[in-house]
Amino acid sequence: MAAFKETKFPANAPASQKAVGWIDDRFPLSKLWNDQWGKYYAPKNFNFWYIFGILATFILVLQIVTGIFLTMHYKPDANLAFGSVEYIMREVPWGWLVRYMHSTGASAFFIVIYLHMTRGLLYGSYRKPRELLWLFGFAIFLALMAEAFFGYLLPWGQMSYWGAQVIVNLFGAIPLIGPDLSLWIRGDYVVSDATLNRFFAFHVIAIPLVILGLVAAHLIALHEVGSNNPDGIEIKDNLGPDGHPVDGVPSHPYYTVHDLFGVSVFLLVFSAVIFFAPEMGGYFLEYNNFIPADSLKTPTHIAPTWYFTPFYSVLRATTADFMYVLMGVVAAYVAFLWLKSRLSFLTKIIVAIIGIVVIIGMLPSVLDAKFWGVVLFGSSVVIIALLPWLDHSPVRSIRYRPTWHKYVLVVFGLAFITLGYLGTQPPSPAGGVISQICTLLYFGFFLLMPWWSAMGHFKPVPKRVTFHPH
Amino acid sequence: MNFVKKLIATLALLPALALANEGGFVLDKAPERPSLSSLQNGAKLFVNYCLNCHAASSMRYNRLKDLGITDEQIKANLLFAGDKVGDLMTTAMRPADAKAWFGAVPPDLSVIARAKASTAGTGGDYLYTYLRTFYKDDTRPTGWNNMVVPNVAMPHVMWQLQGVRTVKMVEEKDPHDHSKTTHKFAGFQQETPGTLTQTEFDTNIADLVGYLEWMAEPAQQTRKRLGVWVMLLMCVFVLFTWLLSKSYWKEVK
Repeated sequence: MAAFKETKFPANAPASQKAVGWIDDRFPLSKLWNDQWGKYYAPKNFNFWYIFGILATFILVLQIVTGIFLTMHYKPDANLAFGSVEYIMREVPWGWLVRYMHSTGASAFFIVIYLHMTRGLLYGSYRKPRELLWLFGFAIFLALMAEAFFGYLLPWGQMSYWGAQVIVNLFGAIPLIGPDLSLWIRGDYVVSDATLNRFFAFHVIAIPLVILGLVAAHLIALHEVGSNNPDGIEIKDNLGPDGHPVDGVPSHPYYTVHDLFGVSVFLLVFSAVIFFAPEMGGYFLEYNNFIPADSLKTPTHIAPTWYFTPFYSVLRATTADFMYVLMGVVAAYVAFLWLKSRLSFLTKIIVAIIGIVVIIGMLPSVLDAKFWGVVLFGSSVVIIALLPWLDHSPVRSIRYRPTWHKYVLVVFGLAFITLGYLGTQPPSPAGGVISQICTLLYFGFFLLMPWWSAMGHFKPVPKRVTFHPH
Repeated sequence: MNFVKKLIATLALLPALALANEGGFVLDKAPERPSLSSLQNGAKLFVNYCLNCHAASSMRYNRLKDLGITDEQIKANLLFAGDKVGDLMTTAMRPADAKAWFGAVPPDLSVIARAKASTAGTGGDYLYTYLRTFYKDDTRPTGWNNMVVPNVAMPHVMWQLQGVRTVKMVEEKDPHDHSKTTHKFAGFQQETPGTLTQTEFDTNIADLVGYLEWMAEPAQQTRKRLGVWVMLLMCVFVLFTWLLSKSYWKEVK
């Protein structure tokens, strides 16, 4: 530990310089600023897809600030909650605006995060050395889902209540501990005041703390390894005489002003929704949720909010007769791994044993379809985390991949959107079959990625990024 | 295999499924009557006909000042039995009594116009159709039935205005099974006239529905008016941030 050294400034140095110097001697303020933003060199060829990171950060702040104000008037009590939301909408000055910002912000958060993840998929942003960066991001996504789920109970409308009831009941499908586990989560035999109080605690403090910590880790990891870019090449491979990447620009001022522009466009769209369509046709604020929660009246159609529906569709697609298809798929995948993978013999044996256990487990007399529905529901989320290890493409960016890879991505995207749409609709025979096909496409995309991502004719990757001066 | 069969059947049925009717009574479009006098008329009808059984417990009487009604007018015309203008629109009927008398507790109407929206129409459309399709049905405890909510617990509160109506039903061959017949709605039959003509009654219901829509979100007009200014401001903001960004990026080669 070096001895403390006070930086000396000439007597006529500006006061601000002296003040920053005084702080820098005691806390790495300038260093933090320069490492994390000021002198952080980002590739100069960022396109439209690179705005969603800063937008997600912006929305996070917006949700925290509006959330604080809502907490001042909201009552986490089963008898008062619904009325207190209406109180905010009517009696609290500007309460309606703050509430709409918060409810629209929740949906906006997911739109932005899904686009942010799509960007990663397009340009291979999760590839080495950014695996941990991706995992932090994935953890934020999980925490965000928890945050949204807990928050959605708080207005205490019919959809809040029954949506929570359905999701908590899913834990009941876990063998042995399931029923006790869901009871423990609810704190009661049905969703009740006890559930509302603990969900409130999770929503306003526990999960936000986790999210903030993870966001910090995500940003530190990003600024450590550096940003990827639409060409998927490392700008650090081409350093200039000053030691900085020749294809990079310091984030400040270039990306400061660029992101400010992005935020302003976002605010334009965001305001349009808040002021002219805060319900967004029943997707952002569901109509049923304007009916106070009633534990004796089950709505005819219960669906989670739109951002959960792709995964919810996977759950619903897993019906008893679909299990036979899944058993066939598991058997085929194990056979495929034996024939086509370069895994060690031991690993292949283990895979085969797991496959046989799973197939036996899928027999109707062993574990029911509800259990496997929950397993697939969970897997459909978790599998996203494995992308860095599933993608074996020799290039990162979609720009230099075979053209048909784009179609694979499009089919995957369409399957995801179709699952999402069907999840908002009441179940139907046609919808059931379509969601089953989309479920297979969704998992196929990931599970076969080690092979398809390495197939085809790859284009030569440039040495320098593609950039057209503005 | 079952799955494949289902798949083929589904693909064959797709066009028919897309055209299939969701069922239920087709909703009429609620006419827009945004003038203050219409909303005031709606408020009067609401307080006189609805508020006896239903509450609007999120709504204060003096919020009606937004509709151009003064405190004095509220006190003189809309308040009964010593309520204060700052009171919430609650009802004296106890839930237990309501349950005994009607078989169901009348729902709170504060946000009913938002709650009743669906893919079939807006909450306003639903209420406009619901309130105009009561008919006399002696098989029901109240003597009334409804086309939108069959076997509804609520009686036809405004029957004196609309008069007594019954429904005409025609027997029709079931299109799917010709051995059966179904009953199809073929319009209403006016039995005794009401104090209002059909057009006057519809207009009054439109006013009442307009009021219910206003009450479901009193800030709605403020929101939209303010929204226009916010959008203009945001457009200017976007223009400036764009110019700022452009001026910096000019130097990046």
